Amino acid sequence: MSIWRPDPTFYPSPKMAMQAPAEKLAFVAMLNGKNNGRHDALGVVDVDPASSGYGHIVGQVDMPNAGDELHHFGWNACSACLCPHAPHPHVERRYLVVPGINSSRIHIIDTMPDPRKPQIVKVIEPETLAARTGYASPHTIHCGPDGIFVSALGAPDGGGPGGIFVMDHESFDVLGKWELDRGPQNLAYDFWWHLGFDTVITSEWGTPSMVNRGVNPEILLSGGYGHKLHVFDLIKRRHQQELDLGSEYQMALELRPAHDPTRAYGFLGVVVSLKDLSASVWLWHRDNGKWGIKKVIEIPAEPADPATLPPLLQGFKAVPPFVTDINLSLDDRFLYVSCWGTGEFLQYDVTDPFHPRKTGSVHLGGIVRKAAHPKQPKTPLNGAPQMVELSRDGKRIYFTNSLYSPWDAQFYPEGIRSWMVKLDAKPEGGMEIDPKFFVDFGELRGHQVRLEGGDASSDSYCYS
Amino acid sequence: MSEQLAVWPMLFLLGAYHGINPGMGWLFAVARGMQEHRMRAVAWSLPPIALGHALSIGVVVLIVGLAQVALPLMYIRIGVAVALVGLGVYKLIHSRHFHWGGMQVGFRELTIWSFLMASAHGAGLMVLPVVLAGPHAHCHIASQGAAGGVWATLIHTLGYFTVTAAAALLVYQKFGLAMLRRSWFNLDLIWAIALVVTGFVALLV
Repeated sequence: MSIWRPDPTFYPSPKMAMQAPAEKLAFVAMLNGKNNGRHDALGVVDVDPASSGYGHIVGQVDMPNAGDELHHFGWNACSACLCPHAPHPHVERRYLVVPGINSSRIHIIDTMPDPRKPQIVKVIEPETLAARTGYASPHTIHCGPDGIFVSALGAPDGGGPGGIFVMDHESFDVLGKWELDRGPQNLAYDFWWHLGFDTVITSEWGTPSMVNRGVNPEILLSGGYGHKLHVFDLIKRRHQQELDLGSEYQMALELRPAHDPTRAYGFLGVVVSLKDLSASVWLWHRDNGKWGIKKVIEIPAEPADPATLPPLLQGFKAVPPFVTDINLSLDDRFLYVSCWGTGEFLQYDVTDPFHPRKTGSVHLGGIVRKAAHPKQPKTPLNGAPQMVELSRDGKRIYFTNSLYSPWDAQFYPEGIRSWMVKLDAKPEGGMEIDPKFFVDFGELRGHQVRLEGGDASSDSYCYS
Repeated sequence: MSEQLAVWPMLFLLGAYHGINPGMGWLFAVARGMQEHRMRAVAWSLPPIALGHALSIGVVVLIVGLAQVALPLMYIRIGVAVALVGLGVYKLIHSRHFHWGGMQVGFRELTIWSFLMASAHGAGLMVLPVVLAGPHAHCHIASQGAAGGVWATLIHTLGYFTVTAAAALLVYQKFGLAMLRRSWFNLDLIWAIALVVTGFVALLV
């Protein structure tokens, strides 16, 4: 449907998007990790401090089938619709594209007319996805200048290669495999782009069969999970360059390129190093037309009494940080890092991206620490900071504590009790937990959070 | 005589109308400037954008100009009218979005982009009713028809270039892009309606 003026949630530049009004609702993927035949759901959380429902789930839409494992999701349209080479700003940011990483089923959910009552309007079955693309386990969603781009972990048989496919942003038809030449790329996970440089960056986790029964210690210890980034030409759809961290670094996951389209650098979170169980953040950057990569943050493992550790970690006598998600503020100034093992949430000033400076730390949950929330100071929490989302103005941070149900069971074998919290960021660095905001997901588990109108990982921009 | 005098300003104004549409070129020039952090990138983007637009108009005008040598004017008018109404109605029903290439563009890519953008919008077709009402419309000599077509294209492109350049430079230097959010009206929708209207006008003039 065409509208007369651009969708009011589209902003030409990240700087302008920072002036956007505060979000009042958040959408959260809620999965049923208990394997009891009950369905996953998309939840709507009230995040308006002036509302009586603040910090509560005020809406929910259940998926039509069981076993989807909702994971990441994204919008049909965003600020990229304002890009000059493919302008079509008269579409609405309205539909959420919500895939199940286990079922390979993609749900299109309409958030209008009442965003508290979202409705499923279309379901793409895994057979259709497989026939059109050869891919399965859809993961990251990004609205691009000319369609919806989705990454997929692998092939329908559970093997590789994983990659990217494209969906029509109006009909939601699956159009096909994106790559014309994938070069040496086989594993897939996240992707994002530098629109100003016509460049796509992709990262690596593992194929569906390498991850869907939990982390496989044999694959891990032999360095078999992903440890490379791939640089593609966005227009020619061809592989250009491989950036290898070395197989010691296992699981090169989340990608956060600078939002300013004139800045050719970005941050990558790496889960674990086989050498010392540390986690790290890397900076990829462009130099004379070639891309390079460099470790800029290292977070060490913390020694621990084996009795407090799950069986998988007891031999190491340490709890690894496990950086599973990162996020970057729209002014490219603050980088947020979730440590899902130690239960720490970190903030770095990355004004100089080569030399991040730690500016804040908060503890919640954690395998050993089990730090409590100020709203229930006597209740130890399990799970730990994981999927993090940031408001467009950079002032509010939200995160949930579950990772992926087969992996949750390995590291939090007592069973994750899922929650979502909110922190307030101070303008010059530092964070505080909002003592009034604590969402308990009950029987379900919260995963990715998307904010009404857009957030710090939903939109890409063509103007600085 | 008065008919002839009215044609040139009309062609210029149609060019201006094509130029004011952010999707038709000036916004791309602004984006180039922002990407390279310099005014010169805006200025250098303007000639290829204008050239691409001129080629798109010129091809259509020349084909019709040459067709006049062989066909009675009435047939051409009916053909143009049908094409205009057809394209307008198609655009009203299908909101297909044009896209080609990326943000890293040189002279060649910008020219091609602008040519395709103008062609996809039927910019040349929209100019035809005015050309057909002009002083060379009734000539049956190929060289004169061609000369008229070239003049029509140049005047149209001058109108397009003037507005595109002014908009790009003013937005880049002075106003900034925040205005896009409020004032980027859905010109594609108006455009589709304009195509249909000019189709009927082509029959009447």
